[in-house]
Amino acid sequence: MRRHDQWLNPMPEIRNMTLNFGPQHPAAHGVLRLILEMDGEVIERADPHIGLLHRGTEKLAESKPFNQSIGYMDRLDYVSMMCNEHAYVLAIEKLLGVTPPVRAQYIRVMFDEITRVLNHLMWLGAHGLDIGAMTIFLYCFREREDLMDCYEAVSGTRMHATYYRPGGVYRDLPDQMPQYAASKWHSAAEVAKLNDGRQGSMLDFIDAFADRFPGCVDEYETLLTDNRIWKQRTVDIGIVSPERALQLGFTGPMLRGSGIEWDLRKKQPYEVYPKLDFDIPIGVNGDCYDRYLVRIEEMRQSARIIKQCVGWLRENPGPVILDDHKLTPPKREDMKGNMESLIHHFKLFTEGYCAPAGEVYTAVEHPKGEFGIYLVSDGANKPYRLKVRAAGFAHLAAINEMASGHMLADVVAIIGTMDVVFGEIDR
Amino acid sequence: MFDLLRTYLTFLPDPVTTTLIILIQIIMIVIPIMLAVAYLVFAERKVIGYIQVRIGPNRVGPRGWLQPIADAIKLLCKEVIIPDGADRFLFVLAPVLALGPALAAWAVIPFGSEVVLANINAGLLYILALTSLGVYGIIIAGWASNSKYAFLGAMRSAAQIVSYEIPMGFALVGVLIAAGSLNLGDIIEAQRGNPLTWFWLPLFPLFIIYFISGLAETNRAPFDVSEGESEIVAGFHVEYAGMAFALFFLAEYANMIMISALTSVMFLGGWLSPFIAFADVPVVGLFFGDGIHWFVFKTSLFLFLFLWFRATFPRFRYDQIMRLGWKVFLPITIVWLVVVAAMVVYQVPPWFAGS
Repeated sequence: MRRHDQWLNPMPEIRNMTLNFGPQHPAAHGVLRLILEMDGEVIERADPHIGLLHRGTEKLAESKPFNQSIGYMDRLDYVSMMCNEHAYVLAIEKLLGVTPPVRAQYIRVMFDEITRVLNHLMWLGAHGLDIGAMTIFLYCFREREDLMDCYEAVSGTRMHATYYRPGGVYRDLPDQMPQYAASKWHSAAEVAKLNDGRQGSMLDFIDAFADRFPGCVDEYETLLTDNRIWKQRTVDIGIVSPERALQLGFTGPMLRGSGIEWDLRKKQPYEVYPKLDFDIPIGVNGDCYDRYLVRIEEMRQSARIIKQCVGWLRENPGPVILDDHKLTPPKREDMKGNMESLIHHFKLFTEGYCAPAGEVYTAVEHPKGEFGIYLVSDGANKPYRLKVRAAGFAHLAAINEMASGHMLADVVAIIGTMDVVFGEIDR
Repeated sequence: MFDLLRTYLTFLPDPVTTTLIILIQIIMIVIPIMLAVAYLVFAERKVIGYIQVRIGPNRVGPRGWLQPIADAIKLLCKEVIIPDGADRFLFVLAPVLALGPALAAWAVIPFGSEVVLANINAGLLYILALTSLGVYGIIIAGWASNSKYAFLGAMRSAAQIVSYEIPMGFALVGVLIAAGSLNLGDIIEAQRGNPLTWFWLPLFPLFIIYFISGLAETNRAPFDVSEGESEIVAGFHVEYAGMAFALFFLAEYANMIMISALTSVMFLGGWLSPFIAFADVPVVGLFFGDGIHWFVFKTSLFLFLFLWFRATFPRFRYDQIMRLGWKVFLPITIVWLVVVAAMVVYQVPPWFAGS
């Protein structure tokens, strides 16, 4: 047929256009490079190229005592830092056969959920920006700022916390939130207003946030959920059937968006999740809009979990890390005055501890899906092999299937809905 | 004022004096427009800033008021990079082609009852023609850049502008039927009375469609697919830098002001005052009477809408824009043209009673 047309029409056959999308592209979410074969505006093939943010995390972990790699985990998926730590720390604990104190478990769960909100806010802002809604991005970052302050208050850094440790968490929650100080740019009155919500303990601050946050989510939803343009851009875009989602190895909101009720917090509970009350939202059609709704609802559920954790943590003070100084450092006070503690401290921060030989796999319900750590130990003070199972990797691998037949603008929406972060994909 | 000038310049031959006066008048229009563009950019950053719970530029000069000047100086000092594979002549010509029509269209805009550079009878046609010419700058820019992103942007832009010309043109035909004239001054005079006799009411669907088509025509959000940042980076002007880029920027904002000005002229009575009843009151009558300040005020109102939409809406997809233009706007305008024609024929009061 085509040959016949050519014979009738002396025009040369027009080849598809190949478009090099990224790595320097505003919608590439970091360093995604897509080779798009397009017929006009319609995508015929999308070929993702990865590896531009490869930092050799897995290899680096092989040459360091266990604890010194916790910081690398933060830098994998750099928008959900503590969840990455969590999987790694759980793996070490499983290898060592220790269980952290219950208070530490509650703190971890609370910060996992804070991290989930952080991640979903980042995702919502970036997804909105990709589709052209600018304002949502800044609204999301307003709330992110408060949660970043929680990270800072508890660990000293706003992003790469290194807060979870095998055997618990490094410090208990502070009794007071840090305050703003007056400066050349902020008068005393302005600072007093900024410090208004920070007068109580950190738990008060988080509690106030959890109360306020569902209202903020309502605000985001007024901008997007019923917006006709938003729906036109997301409904029926990048549909994945439930069967196909399972075959492609989807996890997290990508899988739940397709209607499969799978959440490690319920199906393979870890820490104190069985004691908490929360629901798992699932989608129906498996399109970008359903995944959007699922993530929005997850934020509300996270606020609910945070609220429950705050209630428990208020009433149950106690240790937040094991008192076994072969594994966790002694108090600084003891270290200065006690020979035994000094030796423990020195040994822990130089050599670390040795884990028994064996292999473990632990996975947590990371905001993006199942984040797993496969750890092999040969009995030394460092891993023999560390393998990271990043959720985004499997999701990105499906881009050709999800984007084929859609238009260029939809590719951007699909990248947004995948919530890819190249820290974890390239590792 | 110009008659006075003419008496001083009697020693010059008449055509020279006329040319001189026209040049002065052009400068008197272009400079305020350029300033308006600069401060529209500033207003945009401030307004969108406050919508997005942030402050916006506030560092250069008192409260940031010198920011647009600083931006202009920065852009002037930057190198205009011409890519290796680009068609040099067309590459340089494109921004000029974009800005030229955007400014030339201002010649027929009546700022006040007597304040107009060229009071031509086919003013509306002239504007329609010149605003359509602007698309050539974009297409040529996209083509000459020799970049796939720019090319896609140019193609999208061309299709979009051509499609929205049609509902826009039909909306103008509606105004033409209602006013019985193509002269912009006459169109305003035809609306004289009170805010209810202005054309926004009898031509309400056309009014809405004209403004939305204007958004599409100027490639503003939510119709900014031709430069959609997250899709094709910057679209047709992705390869432009320095002043060449600034010219596109100026053209876009001059067009925005143009569309707002036209909407206020054709649907909101231009320089007519909504409080004309108070025009005879001493002192305040100067404010409540007709005058350029009402024109500026109405134009600013629409400009604010441009900014508001940009901060609120996500971006349409290219094919959805086409659908909106052809399947929604075009039929509505055609139907309403018939309605307007009927209203004129049957002399429906209060708008068409005397015609």
